[in-house]
Amino acid sequence: MKEIKRAVLFLITLSLLTGILYPVVVTVLARIIFPHQAAGSLIHKSDGTCIGSALIGQSFSGLGYFWSRPSATADFPYNPKASGGSNWGATNPDLLNRIKTNVAMLRSAGMDGSIPADLVTSSASGLDPHISLESAIIQIPRIAKERQLPQEKIYQLVQNYTENRQIGFLGNKRVNVLKLNLALDNL
Amino acid sequence: MTNTPWLFDILQIAVLFILLTILAKFLGSYMAKVYQGERTVLSPLLIPLENLIYRLAGVDKDAEMDWKQYAQALLVFNGLGMILLFILLLLQGNFPLNPQKFSGFSWHLALNTAVSFITNTNWQAYSGESAAAYLTQVMGLAVQNFLSAATGMAIVIAFIRGLVRRTSETIGNFWLDLTRTVLYVLLPIAMIAAVVLVSQGVIQNFSGYKNVSLLQSTSYEKPKLDSDNNPIKDVNGNRVIEKIPVKEQTLPMGPVASQEAIKEFGTNGGGFFNANSAHPFENPTPFSNFFEILLILSIPASLTYAFGRMVGSPRQGWALYAAMLFLLLLAIGMQYWAEYHGNPLLSKMGVSGFNMEGKEVRFGLGGSVLFSTSTTATSCGAVNTMHDSLTPLGGMIPMVLILLGEVVFGGVGSGLYTMLAFVVIAVFIAGLMIGRTPEYLGKKIEVTEMWMSVITVLTAGVIVLLFVAIALITRAGISSIANPGPHGLSQVLYAFASAANNNGSAFAGLNANTVFYNLMTALAMLIGRFVPAIAILAMSGSLVKKKYVPPSVGTLPTDQIPFILWLLVVILIVGALTFFPALALGPLVEHLIMQGGI
Repeated sequence: MKEIKRAVLFLITLSLLTGILYPVVVTVLARIIFPHQAAGSLIHKSDGTCIGSALIGQSFSGLGYFWSRPSATADFPYNPKASGGSNWGATNPDLLNRIKTNVAMLRSAGMDGSIPADLVTSSASGLDPHISLESAIIQIPRIAKERQLPQEKIYQLVQNYTENRQIGFLGNKRVNVLKLNLALDNL
Repeated sequence: MTNTPWLFDILQIAVLFILLTILAKFLGSYMAKVYQGERTVLSPLLIPLENLIYRLAGVDKDAEMDWKQYAQALLVFNGLGMILLFILLLLQGNFPLNPQKFSGFSWHLALNTAVSFITNTNWQAYSGESAAAYLTQVMGLAVQNFLSAATGMAIVIAFIRGLVRRTSETIGNFWLDLTRTVLYVLLPIAMIAAVVLVSQGVIQNFSGYKNVSLLQSTSYEKPKLDSDNNPIKDVNGNRVIEKIPVKEQTLPMGPVASQEAIKEFGTNGGGFFNANSAHPFENPTPFSNFFEILLILSIPASLTYAFGRMVGSPRQGWALYAAMLFLLLLAIGMQYWAEYHGNPLLSKMGVSGFNMEGKEVRFGLGGSVLFSTSTTATSCGAVNTMHDSLTPLGGMIPMVLILLGEVVFGGVGSGLYTMLAFVVIAVFIAGLMIGRTPEYLGKKIEVTEMWMSVITVLTAGVIVLLFVAIALITRAGISSIANPGPHGLSQVLYAFASAANNNGSAFAGLNANTVFYNLMTALAMLIGRFVPAIAILAMSGSLVKKKYVPPSVGTLPTDQIPFILWLLVVILIVGALTFFPALALGPLVEHLIMQGGI
């Protein structure tokens, strides 16, 4: 009985420390030092309206935009209220059919040659904000044609928006699709 | 993808393990000091707080416990924690800090989740962003992230005392070990780590979810439903499809960084969001990814050094570290190879590059493989890659790491104590072969030690095989499987491996939120956690009574390479004998199917 009372007291004090003091201190520190990041790295247009987060991808289907990766989130692609992947195994017929459809769609949009894997596979979060640099470059001809702009100009834009490996060796070269498309609209 | 990404990946792996080795020494010697009651840099700040807690709870700082008292305190504390969390989950709809107005969990989901978090498993049959209130996350789940980690570490420290002390009865005081772990180790480092994560973009706020208008509106099609939620059909009997415009995106918010830090550092692994550490708000950059991997490995790695210091011979700790590192590097190499070669079924469609289904672009292959192996080698279970969508052999690696009993670094505390049980078995078998009385660190290994070691090592395996068999012969078990063929077996095998070994990651396609799976996995988690824990404490209680036998010519040196290799052989043989048939029917068959083309 004495041990139960003791356990209750330890549970209460340690809960106060780790469940209240800890998150409050972290929230205050985050707010003071990194307010932009703590609030979700939101992107605002010049008129002040918020059009998304630099970290959360959006779906694009217009011919004049760079397309994001497929997304397996429930209800609609890039639904941040339902993050997750397809969870289909490598031999699952559903997976193979979906990829076949995606490849056919890219081919009909004029893409030939081999297609970078990230452009036809769904990400783990379903919210991947990036595509690989190769997947961006391969889309340039379509966008140039649709927007009637020289390819070099768009290529230059892609170069400007390429995120390099962090500290020189971490991760992959990649392009943030939302940021790149915003810049396209501002050309 | 890019010409030679693997060069950068190798560099990343090398840098990670160099840093980890350095960290293991510093954090390990700090932890040894904390547990031996020596002064540390934080002592001036924390001793008053520590004493205040003991005074409030009525604990005598100098009182010691025998193994039964220690186990009793531990069980009572964890049992109460489970009840409290269960109530919080059931009733979260009535509490504040719930801007999305989530209602309470169903009883079986609440039970499963409460068990999951007190056992340091963090198996999640719910999806965080659409089910868990902020109060639940910070006051329920994150609290148990701290306490379950501290429980695991207390157990291993009590076990080490059993090896170190001579002809004694007591193995420490659970309340002191618990409190010191939280105050000196977990809280300060988690606080710093959380702020580092925010710098990378991990969110930390208590705002409601935020609606933002999309740059380009889209639409999706779905079957039109009548007022009773039945699909409406046209005259030909086809479903009527309606087009629903999407002009907005709802960004989830919440106190993520504080939870993320302890989730990795305590090898808990329960994601704030459904996508876990693949979610850009949990793991936004390649650096945050690298940092999270380091956090996951740091305590289990450091404990090996702390162990060496506490038994008076750092080499004994380094020997275990080397054995663990070897197995982890082997796993990393094999999974990297499997994923690098991609899916031949996609190559045939004109797709190039490695297997990207269920992976994020920003991490690259190296960051994905390192995370996937580290999280399953330790009992963390956070994921930045959907393990269900790994190639068959790539997905077998995490499964094997879990099935080996979480000894490749393993969970905080639990990894080291399970490894030490393997050491006892290895010493015993070697002792039989050379005809000497087996002893480890000057303590004779006798019947009690062997019994307890075997229980520790085999409990999880027995549960896995038994529960998988039950799932496969019941309708309730089979109806949750989402992938056809051998991959379906892999999903069930992974689920029970993960639960029984307290990992918590999943082949997430399995629909686990059913009464059957919630109760079965909860039972697997409880047995998998507390049976070995009590066996370890009992072994400590037996060891602590023994007198010290000084090493002689016939003593097996346990800090040298031949013994490390022998230990690896024992681990692999036990693992292989237990699970090879199941693995052959799941991932290995699927691999052959994939290579052959369907």
